[in-house]
Amino acid sequence: MNQPAGVLEARDVDVWRGERCLVRGLSFALHAGQMALVVGPNGAGKTSLLRLLAGLAPCVAGRITWNSVAVLDVPPEGRGEIVYRGHLDALKKDLTVEENIAFCAALRRQPHGFDGLLAALGLRELKDRQVRFLSAGQRRRTGLACMRVAAARLWLLDEPLTNLDSAGRDTVRGWLEEHLRSGGLAVVATHEPGELARPGTILVEL
Amino acid sequence: MDLFATVLKRDLKLAFRRWSELANPLLFFLVVTAIFPLALPPSAPELEVLGTGILWVAALLSSLLGLDGLFRNDADDGSLEQLLLSPAPFSIVVLAKVVAHWISSAVPLVGLVPVVALSFYLPGDALGVLVVALLLATPTISILVALGAALTVSLKNAASVIGLLILPLCAPLLIFGTRATDFAAHGESAVGPLYLLAALAMLAISLGPIAIAAAVRVGLE
Repeated sequence: MNQPAGVLEARDVDVWRGERCLVRGLSFALHAGQMALVVGPNGAGKTSLLRLLAGLAPCVAGRITWNSVAVLDVPPEGRGEIVYRGHLDALKKDLTVEENIAFCAALRRQPHGFDGLLAALGLRELKDRQVRFLSAGQRRRTGLACMRVAAARLWLLDEPLTNLDSAGRDTVRGWLEEHLRSGGLAVVATHEPGELARPGTILVEL
Repeated sequence: MDLFATVLKRDLKLAFRRWSELANPLLFFLVVTAIFPLALPPSAPELEVLGTGILWVAALLSSLLGLDGLFRNDADDGSLEQLLLSPAPFSIVVLAKVVAHWISSAVPLVGLVPVVALSFYLPGDALGVLVVALLLATPTISILVALGAALTVSLKNAASVIGLLILPLCAPLLIFGTRATDFAAHGESAVGPLYLLAALAMLAISLGPIAIAAAVRVGLE
């Protein structure tokens, strides 16, 4: 990817959910190699903020830009740079683990090989099993694999550590480390900032 | 277009893995058309007169049945958001989903119709026209119902709302469809209504996905 340095910028953003304004005048800027942790109590607007950053909802006030383009106006070809994983795993229960990941890869126009990824997540023995028969943690791992195959520049993750055991958490931490070192960006909503924080992390408190 | 094929394949795979949901509208169609003769005078001339209308209304209602979950299933598990964020215009993704649904539901229905039509004493000449008319009308119905499903994506039990929204819009299809079949049954040329059905299908396929995509986007906000 020979793209210019990625910059995610939020200026005076209000976060709304339904009819209620949860946060007023939020501003931050995130540069290549940086991570922002979004923290706050339940209902503070973490998910709503991530959805705004992903361009799933319009900004009522303020402006969110990705490389100086408003996220809602990012053309479809540029959307491949951004991956969003919500608190739902976005898996089809009737498809197998492998089919789900393959679909995510194809949807992002990424190549099909991901055996190493399955092994790293301990999913190799489960790859032909339908997602409906997986545990919550195994589903979360599959969802994370779908995030990983997207090969995006900007990761927007909503509570990626939920339901994961300590090995799974280590994997996610390792990925984030590697992703940031290679010039990626990440915005992570979490209740456990201590688990993920590293030098240079921005803390966005709601 | 590669993403069109990707989404189409995935939706077809999902549809055939849940074949019982596919069979429901078909069984509904069979049962409805089977109970009409019980309530009507069972003689051939009456059934012949009413048969066309019954077949069309039953086909229309059964295609309303299956589309309720077209977007809600994906919205409930979060995959609709992923489709929305995919690097392709969302209307292409929407079109792929509707086409997948049309292939998995309308095509089997159209295959079933000639068999049922015979039990209504429909003349053999009219069978071909009936099938062609249904093949031209069902894409429009699918698009319209998908629009209803998109507008109600955030509601829990939307099937009846979709019916109220969409059935009035299906009136032209019913009129042209039954007219074409009737003309053929009486040995007249049916091309007029068939052309009109084709025109409506073109209109629906070209403009429908844009409207559906916008409706889903608003529904998910």
